[in-house]
Amino acid sequence: MVKAISKLNDELADATESQLKIIGKPFRRVDGRAKVTGQTQFADDVQFPRTAYVKLVRSTVPHARIKNIDFSAALAMEGVLGTLIGEELPDKFGILPVSEDEHALAVDTVRFVGDALAAVAAVSEDIAHAAALAVEVEYEPLLTISSVEEALCTPEPQIHEYADDGNIHKKVSLKFGDVEAGMEQADIILEDNFFYEGSNHLALEQHSAIAFAEDDDRVTLYSSTQCPHYVHRALTKTLDIPASRIRVIACSNGGAFGGKSDPFNHEIVVAKLALKLGRPAKITLTREEVFYCHRGRHPVQMHLKTGFRKDGTMTAQHLRTTLDGGAYGSYGVASTYYTGALQTTTYKLPNYWFEGARAFTNKPPCGPKRGHGTPQPRFGFEVQLDKAAHRLGIDPAELRLRNLLEPNTITANWLQIGTIGLKECIEAVVRGSGWKERYGKLPEGRGLGLACSAYMTGAGLPIYWNHMPQSGVQIKLDRSGNVAVFCGETEIGQGSDSILAVVVAEVLGIDLKDIRLCVGDTDLTPVDLGSYSSRVTLMVGHAAKQAAERARDKIAEAVAEHMEVPKDSLVFANRTVFPADEPENAIEFSEAVVIAESRFGTLGTTGSYIPPRAPGRYRGAGVGPSPTYSYSASVLEVEVDPETGLYEVIKVWMAHDIGRALNPVLALGQIEGSIYMGLGEAVMEEQAFRRLPKRLSGALVHKMPSMLEYKSPGFHDMPEMTCYMIETDDEQGPYGAKEAGQGPLLPIMPALANAIFDAVGVRVDQVPIHPDFILKGLQAKKNGRDPRVGPTSFPDVDYGEPLIVHTPAQGGDGRAANDPKASKKGLRSASGTMKKREDALKEHSSATLTTD
Amino acid sequence: MLRLPPIKLVAPTTVQAAAKAIATSDDNARLVAGGTDLWPNMKRRHQKADTVVSLMSIPDLDSIDSANANMRIGATATLANIIRDDKLRARFPAFAVAVASISSPPLRNMGTIGGNLCVDTRCTYYNQTEEWRRSIDYCLKEDGKICWVATKSPKCWAHTASDSAPILCALDAKVRLVSASARRELPLADMYVDDGIDYLAKQPDEILTEVLVPGSSDSDHCRSAFWKLRRRGSIDFSTLSVAAAVWTDDNDVVTRASMYLGAVGSAPMPVAEIDTVLVGNKMSEDGIAEIAHVAHKIARPMDNTDFAASWRGKMTVQYVTAVLREIAGLPQLRMRPRHRLKVV
Repeated sequence: MVKAISKLNDELADATESQLKIIGKPFRRVDGRAKVTGQTQFADDVQFPRTAYVKLVRSTVPHARIKNIDFSAALAMEGVLGTLIGEELPDKFGILPVSEDEHALAVDTVRFVGDALAAVAAVSEDIAHAAALAVEVEYEPLLTISSVEEALCTPEPQIHEYADDGNIHKKVSLKFGDVEAGMEQADIILEDNFFYEGSNHLALEQHSAIAFAEDDDRVTLYSSTQCPHYVHRALTKTLDIPASRIRVIACSNGGAFGGKSDPFNHEIVVAKLALKLGRPAKITLTREEVFYCHRGRHPVQMHLKTGFRKDGTMTAQHLRTTLDGGAYGSYGVASTYYTGALQTTTYKLPNYWFEGARAFTNKPPCGPKRGHGTPQPRFGFEVQLDKAAHRLGIDPAELRLRNLLEPNTITANWLQIGTIGLKECIEAVVRGSGWKERYGKLPEGRGLGLACSAYMTGAGLPIYWNHMPQSGVQIKLDRSGNVAVFCGETEIGQGSDSILAVVVAEVLGIDLKDIRLCVGDTDLTPVDLGSYSSRVTLMVGHAAKQAAERARDKIAEAVAEHMEVPKDSLVFANRTVFPADEPENAIEFSEAVVIAESRFGTLGTTGSYIPPRAPGRYRGAGVGPSPTYSYSASVLEVEVDPETGLYEVIKVWMAHDIGRALNPVLALGQIEGSIYMGLGEAVMEEQAFRRLPKRLSGALVHKMPSMLEYKSPGFHDMPEMTCYMIETDDEQGPYGAKEAGQGPLLPIMPALANAIFDAVGVRVDQVPIHPDFILKGLQAKKNGRDPRVGPTSFPDVDYGEPLIVHTPAQGGDGRAANDPKASKKGLRSASGTMKKREDALKEHSSATLTTD
Repeated sequence: MLRLPPIKLVAPTTVQAAAKAIATSDDNARLVAGGTDLWPNMKRRHQKADTVVSLMSIPDLDSIDSANANMRIGATATLANIIRDDKLRARFPAFAVAVASISSPPLRNMGTIGGNLCVDTRCTYYNQTEEWRRSIDYCLKEDGKICWVATKSPKCWAHTASDSAPILCALDAKVRLVSASARRELPLADMYVDDGIDYLAKQPDEILTEVLVPGSSDSDHCRSAFWKLRRRGSIDFSTLSVAAAVWTDDNDVVTRASMYLGAVGSAPMPVAEIDTVLVGNKMSEDGIAEIAHVAHKIARPMDNTDFAASWRGKMTVQYVTAVLREIAGLPQLRMRPRHRLKVV
């Protein structure tokens, strides 16, 4: 999609005085004007003549074999153009090569209420809807599994046959160091059960897709997606057309938050129907259907056991998790690893044992939501640290400071850490909130809570095994002075277009309005893997910088020759090029391009980025590595009404180690947005289900698939916020930058639970924290019982024999000391065991490897 | 997106014509004013109509006469215009607070007082799309046989959802109903029936044209208050509301009292005991506690809306206490409900 760059706020510093010209200064986002004036074309805005409108027929039963689908009433309706069933799209797809378990339309079996099993196309949306309602489906019910506990004790019927064990999709057990010895060294051991409810992303824009076919078996799809490249791969797999004839264009997204990072059945269906009907085909989901696409936060149960010395330092941790995965794999294998992988990134944790299991259940599939798998264990960890601080008589902020990880170290689970601004973050929120003067001293009903977190700046490995760049940028320059920048990145509202443009503008010394972007188009732009895992600023930033620097070099070479000055003396600034000591001899940037084009012919450069290789070599080491990690600390102030349990978050202080803010306004928006979303999960959001009494009904339905009844905060519900950006200039980030879009969400939930404890002395070990939980705790306190509310047990899960990995401190080499799963089929994962790219290239092996 | 099924929409310009239209059209005809409830319900297919008769083209049906001793509000007066009326706010402040708590500003710009008084009862098993309701084999209120809130219940437990009804009942409001053949006036409280399906005593061919609030209930004669429990500071329907009015003599001795609970029954639930407990006495903490105790027993919160039902029951005690303390001028609990009267 080609986008015009809007005018920049012209506060450019004098180039000769400041090293950085635009970066680090607040500038208006390049897509801002188009968005606020309605010019931006979202997927649902894309229209073509003769469009067929598509509705999916979705299952009304949670688990069943499809006996028959009768389209006769639907086909009899005037205006119905055609239908589609699963057998017409026989090939399975799925975001992870290890769990390609989805059919675009169910074949034989439906697995949750809302699972799509057929499609109808008509000349209008009204007729398509009426026709979809008229399709009659006959089912043969299968046993329904509604929870992890049911999945554990119901190995048959399997929701998917490829699961690790019965209906347990994935099991992980990773043991780093000597956990038993660590526990023995502890003065106190805390053991807690926690629960974190699932939630939906609730992006304001519902998913939409429109496809059209051209006469030579080409198909083009416009979609609201975060990952056009992965959609392209899924279409290639399912449509039986070569990849080169499929074009995916990611439209601007009206929010995504992870909810648009899977390839979806509706995208494949409209592409197929466009080919089948020979006319454009379009679908826009209802809000209810978005809840069925889901891929939201996994509900996670946790059992967390940590050993502490009297001084507050930690000796060992053993974390067990279960994930309620829903009916399909999605990113679930990665999500499972993520419920353990980042526990080691904030504090010194010498010995660590992580066990995780994801269950298949007959509910919409869970997947990645902002923070992907880490908010749940982070909640447990940070609440437990608060409990430890109270047990040991150490201030919670001080306890964390004592445990801080050293920068530039390798963790027990072999993650390479770079800079850490967590100390500065803690100090900022402690100072801002008056923590030292106020914590533990506020009147009954008022409280402060503190929590910290860390997050990745881009996943170290791609979703599928390959040695190609994870981000690519192409630049075209010509005599007009206009610079066209091509990149597969996808704007989801986070400001990635602005980052791409500003890096190029910075290097070439031009204005943002001199740049035209072409992004998220698989035919026209180099591959970028997508807007997920907080990877775009870092990876696109590096690729753009490299491409722009190559362009600058080329121009400088020609201009230097022309001016008869040394190439290195040339400065690119203020849309001009000049020798550093002769600014009066500046030429226009466009003139410089003319000189270069005259000298070299047509100008174009590329840049690309591959993250550094992580030190872990064990199976599972692929989840967690990142070029660098961001850090956050937050203090939350809460007021609790002891009569009702109702509470209000009064204020949030948030400090975030962002490396360097390339645009402080955009970064602040990401931090505030994270606080908002975190509060939603902490206070009210829940993807909850109803199971009707079994003697009367087999129903298992989403409790409230509407924006009215699925509660998410509004403007009225937002507290005052004070945010601090801590700049650590990480050498792995472009201009020192780290992520800002996900990390600051993580401390909110535990900070709220900790603040409620400070306010009324009640521990709530689960989120969201409903007022009746607090009231229950207060009544327990009044009756002399433990004022704690939360899960009292953890399911009995056989995680299997752990993979033993010696830590760096033990002299390990990053490899596992044993290989309990080596003989098992189908468990080879894409992570950690891959060869170096250079070695693979030497062997002339296929650059694109699958894991099957 | 969810789409309206095809309908025949008629928009008469007189009440008589509207009454005639509803009386003469087929069985499946409905009235609409602002449409903020009916249209989404029809999109989800749990309310159905072949013909919809709109009242919005009838001139002056939206008038508000707040200067008259007995206040008169036309049925199609929007909720936003009711809050904007200075005299109304001064004379019936708790009513204004209740109206201001309804939904959100855009919906108050369309929603009307007549529509809010007649708003359909709600339930999380019922306010769902056709496809969703198919997956539970529907429910007693529409197309099904079982009330999933109480599976052995012969009656539907959908809850009253009007925020203006409890306070207007407490203030002794009356409504005027007009049909093609007759017109009548009845106390608003008598318009409601504690049944989730047949929740209105108003006949389908009767049009609610006017709300009358007696001057004897205004702030010169009576003190009133309204509290609403909901999750968020805007948008949400109430999960519990409490409205009360207390009339006193010159010595602060209560001469009459009235209280209604919203969202914890299929109709606004009267707490009749308030009159016997308070009349003849000054308001006291003991009296308030007694009424709160009684109200707790009257409230029937079910698992058909937001929040845990048992907790909503406990909150009845708290909210009744709070409303009566506000009326008595006693110091309030710290946390007030999250709705404020804002005039936009």
